[in-house]
Amino acid sequence: MVRSGPKPGLEGKMSVLNDTIFALASASGRAGVAVLRISGPKSESVIEQLSGSPVQPRQATLRLLRDPSSSDPIDRALLCWFPAPKSFTGEDIVEIHSHGSQAVVAKLLSVLASFDDFRLAEPGEFARRAFENGKMDLTSIEGLADLINAETQGQRRQALRQSEGALGKLYESWREHILTASALIEAMIDFSDEEDIIESVEVQVLEIVRELHGSITDHLESAGRRGEQMRDGFRMVIAGAPNVGKSSLLNVLAKREAAIVTSEPGTTRDIIEVHLIISGFPVLVMDTAGIRETTGAVEQEGIKRAFERLSDADLVLWLIDPQQSNEDTSILTSIGDALGPEQVWRILSKADLRENDPEDLPKEIDLAISSKTNEGISVLIEKIERLLGAQQGLQSSPLITRARHRIEVVAAQNALSTFMTGSFDEAELRAEDLRQAANALGRLTGRIDVEELLGKIFGEFCIGK
Amino acid sequence: MNKYDVIVIGGGHAGCEAAAASSRFGASTVLVTHQAGTIGEMSCNPAIGGLGKGHLVREIDALDGLMGHVADAGGIQFRILNKSKGPAVQGPRAQVDRKLYKAAMQTAIASCENLSVLEGGVKDLILEAGRVIGVVLSDGEKLLTGAVVLTTGTFLRGLIHIGEQRIPAGRFGEQPSIALSDRLYDQSLTMGRLKTGTPPRLNGQTINWDELIEQPGDNPPVPFSSLTDKITNPQICCHITHTNSHTHDIIRENLDRAPIYSGQIESTGPRYCPSIEDKIVRFQDRTSHQIFLEPESLDNSVIYPNGISTSLPEDVQKAYVRSIKGLENAEILQPGYAIEYDFVDARELFPTLENRKLPGLFCAGQINGTTGYEEAAGQGLIAGINAALLASGLGSDQQSREFILSRTDAYLGVMIDDLVRNGISEPYRMFTSRAEYRLKLRCDNADIRLTPKGQMVGCMGSKRMIWFADHARKLQVAGDLLHSLTLSPSEAKKSGLKLNQDGRQRSAFELLSYPDITWANLAELWPQMNEIEETIQKIIDVDARYAVYLDRQERDIKNYNKEQALKIPRDFDFSAVGGLSNEITQKLEAYQPLTLGQARRIDGITPAALMILIAHIKKSTPERSVKV
Ligand SMILES: Cc1cc2nc3c(=O)[nH]c(=O)nc-3n(C[C@H](O)[C@H](O)[C@H](O)COP(=O)(O)OP(=O)(O)OC[C@H]3O[C@@H](n4cnc5c(N)ncnc54)[C@H](O)[C@@H]3O)c2cc1C
Ligand SMILES: Nc1nc2c(ncn2[C@@H]2O[C@H](COP(=O)(O)OP(=O)(O)OP(=O)(O)O)[C@@H](O)[C@H]2O)c(=O)[nH]1
Ligand SMILES: [Mg+2]
Repeated sequence: MVRSGPKPGLEGKMSVLNDTIFALASASGRAGVAVLRISGPKSESVIEQLSGSPVQPRQATLRLLRDPSSSDPIDRALLCWFPAPKSFTGEDIVEIHSHGSQAVVAKLLSVLASFDDFRLAEPGEFARRAFENGKMDLTSIEGLADLINAETQGQRRQALRQSEGALGKLYESWREHILTASALIEAMIDFSDEEDIIESVEVQVLEIVRELHGSITDHLESAGRRGEQMRDGFRMVIAGAPNVGKSSLLNVLAKREAAIVTSEPGTTRDIIEVHLIISGFPVLVMDTAGIRETTGAVEQEGIKRAFERLSDADLVLWLIDPQQSNEDTSILTSIGDALGPEQVWRILSKADLRENDPEDLPKEIDLAISSKTNEGISVLIEKIERLLGAQQGLQSSPLITRARHRIEVVAAQNALSTFMTGSFDEAELRAEDLRQAANALGRLTGRIDVEELLGKIFGEFCIGK
Repeated sequence: MNKYDVIVIGGGHAGCEAAAASSRFGASTVLVTHQAGTIGEMSCNPAIGGLGKGHLVREIDALDGLMGHVADAGGIQFRILNKSKGPAVQGPRAQVDRKLYKAAMQTAIASCENLSVLEGGVKDLILEAGRVIGVVLSDGEKLLTGAVVLTTGTFLRGLIHIGEQRIPAGRFGEQPSIALSDRLYDQSLTMGRLKTGTPPRLNGQTINWDELIEQPGDNPPVPFSSLTDKITNPQICCHITHTNSHTHDIIRENLDRAPIYSGQIESTGPRYCPSIEDKIVRFQDRTSHQIFLEPESLDNSVIYPNGISTSLPEDVQKAYVRSIKGLENAEILQPGYAIEYDFVDARELFPTLENRKLPGLFCAGQINGTTGYEEAAGQGLIAGINAALLASGLGSDQQSREFILSRTDAYLGVMIDDLVRNGISEPYRMFTSRAEYRLKLRCDNADIRLTPKGQMVGCMGSKRMIWFADHARKLQVAGDLLHSLTLSPSEAKKSGLKLNQDGRQRSAFELLSYPDITWANLAELWPQMNEIEETIQKIIDVDARYAVYLDRQERDIKNYNKEQALKIPRDFDFSAVGGLSNEITQKLEAYQPLTLGQARRIDGITPAALMILIAHIKKSTPERSVKV
């Protein structure tokens, strides 16, 4: 077989298959074992250079490794040799399973780097070589990337949905609208000498473009936010006056003592974050300092931070203690104004202390809970689940999940904006605007610059994968 | 037996360019055609150029082809179309005196060195080991050669339809080529059948000119060729008239006698050049269609009524013609007709226009499914150069034995790429919208784009090279000047030019990109700008106006070329590539793309398939690879 060859016409860092590449394949940091992976034509030479004699293929062999320049011992490690083509990349691969000390790993990497034609692998380069040597097809590589990246079931679903083409269909339908508009303009340009002179298409084309521009803008704004929520977590902030039971609620939700609870108002001073997964959605729950007028510098800082978190919250759980009746509602109102009222839930805390019928709630209150008896907690969680579920269900138009998508959608949007502000006297430039927009969307759906796409896909991998 | 480097079959527009290009290259060339007297014949309308087509003529001229200056010699009305739109989509067009054109073409052919003309029909090809090595003439004479360029236009099994009447013919009154067509079928070339049509010709003396709208040409007329100083023919006007509801009634009543509707013709005609009966059927709600009355010559005796091509019977033609304003007494000199003919599937051609199944045979012109003189001429030029390159055996590697223009270079490149990649389902005609790099591929810069490429391959006459060296130098000097003249916003304000007061110096070139700043405005500030020749001014002005878009296109072009650069070896075995679906493998095998770019644009090829392909091409690139 052809093990490696020059790659005509392709510059770029990853292109030199003649190199032998190496990288730490396990997570960095202190660990019991570290795995270094070496792939390429000269991998095999590593075995003799480090351990003095060859090893059997596909058998783990324990050896003392030495720095060949000084003969200093480095570590006692397992060596595995996978001769080509039966290896992950299809090239000769050597794996070194050393002790997971940072010092050992650093030493091994520097020794490897000193060998001729050896270099540190680029992100995704092992997978890319596997692909180029026919060991993996593209779909399995994409699947691998998604698998590596997905943390929750929701993210997994989103990836699946995207891979099944929901996003592609949306972009393709936009592209078709653009092509319709293009066809009208092109006809105006190319058939103006014919007898049946095309009547002014300006109004018609402008209408198509305006509508499309609107859809794209909506997609970028609304869907963009939800895509981020899925990627970075849904941001839920527990807030309210001091001593209303915020930290107690956090602890109940987290099912552990994440925050300190005392009967003293002003206990919580800084933001306390807990990561939860609710309905497959990553949720970041934040407990904040109770909001009140205060002179204490530490507490003031805590309140300032609470406000910061409130300002970009996806959901606020605003707790109200029934016993603190004289509460200042102006803060609550201003938060509701800033975020939108449906993003702020008013929750009556310490429901166990109330005498009234649990059903009988003041009308501005959304629900009542008790962190002590767990009353209302399951109702609260269900309500959150419903919201998150609705967020996902809302994805009739799928989400932008990758920077690459956003860049192209924005490019299309810009081209359409130029179109709308430009003059029809320069019909060829307007046609060009539409072509740019269609190309941008085309790159998303498949008419793409292949090299660039390759780079993007393999760039999603971290080094050593 | 006589032997030539290159044999060109057919003295139409494709054949003439092919023969001339081959001879300019220095190859001994023979042009074999039925009658030397029909060399340069315009089978259909007496006009050259138009939108898209005008670009082709300018590009042919830039490669030192014949069509541009021959049209200048025959032109009797010149107009730039699309004047109201931007320069990239403007197209030069000329009404041409048929006789003057033919005479000029025959003179041009006669003055080519290394080129002889042989009267006769080619009835067969001589093959050796699957290669074409010669031709057999109808009288049995054999000619040997290194390459054949086949440009037989509508002659392969040509069949004329006039109403119910059917006449085997290549053009009106000319014999079709049947034996040759059979030979191509025998070689299992994929062939198809197309049709096209032409309107009746009218006697100009029997037309009521006074009632009609006059359409004058541009004054002064702008020639096609960069080497033409001035148009010397007297210039004429065309006239415009319209069909009316009565005309439409006559045609409607007789539709059953039209071969396309009676089932007599089954092949496909051009959608964008429909016959009058087609228009009546397809655009039912229109009560009138425009007709241009175009003189076929200066004496105005034969008139070509552009817009009423037809294959209806003669009596119907006469009736509907006479229902039209100004044509009440018009005499028909020659009836309109439709013609069906064989064409070869251009997907079986390499981008050099050499046939994959019959090495040594190049095909160009209408035979490849195109329609139009300019399209034919353009292909002829490219095929002629490539045939000469092949026959000469020059060039050490495949690349230097090929002259291929890319989509990013020229409309010629766009056309041939479209043809060999997609083939055709209806007669193919050039449009500016086919060129995705349209803003760059303009008429004004055709010389700069293509002459250097022609020089590299060695198919340029010395007159052109001398002119071009001067042109390129002037362009360079003028460009440098415009980049060196600069102005600050406050200075601009003093001169009445509105700019952002950002303190940034702008060059004259940059300033030209502002919609409300003209060359004349700047020339007031910098009088030396007026010393630049007008043609040069125009190129720079347009470049400046399009600068933002051109920069972006340049980036697109880079990406495109990068991909294009990845060549797929000619003998690449697609079936050996694992991981491709059967359907995709079949498509790749059928199209045999030569570059990744071509592969990518084949219908149904997925990005994943392309990437797998890239991987395999890279692995199978033989040089310097290490065998294990
Ligand atoms: C009826 C008709 C209508 C048309 N209508 C339109 C139109 O509406 N719009 C448009 O754009 N274009 C039209 N065209 C097309 C235009 O005329 C052609 O596209 C163009 O002329 C093709 O050029 P060519 O060089 O390929 O072939 P042609 O110009 O047809 O030349 C073919 C030449 O080959 C010679 N030849 C053929 N067979 C042999 C042989 N066996 N041996 C030796 N010599 C041979 C012939 O004598 C002839 O000289 C029409 C053509 C016809 C005939
Ligand atoms: N009976 C009852 N007491 C509660 C409940 N939730 C909290 N408490 C009590 O209320 C007091 C304050 O609770 P925290 O959870 O510390 O209140 P907080 O809002 O975090 O207070 P700060 O951090 O000081 O703003 C503690 O004494 C809790 O035990 C509840 O549901 N029922
Ligand atoms: Mg607290």
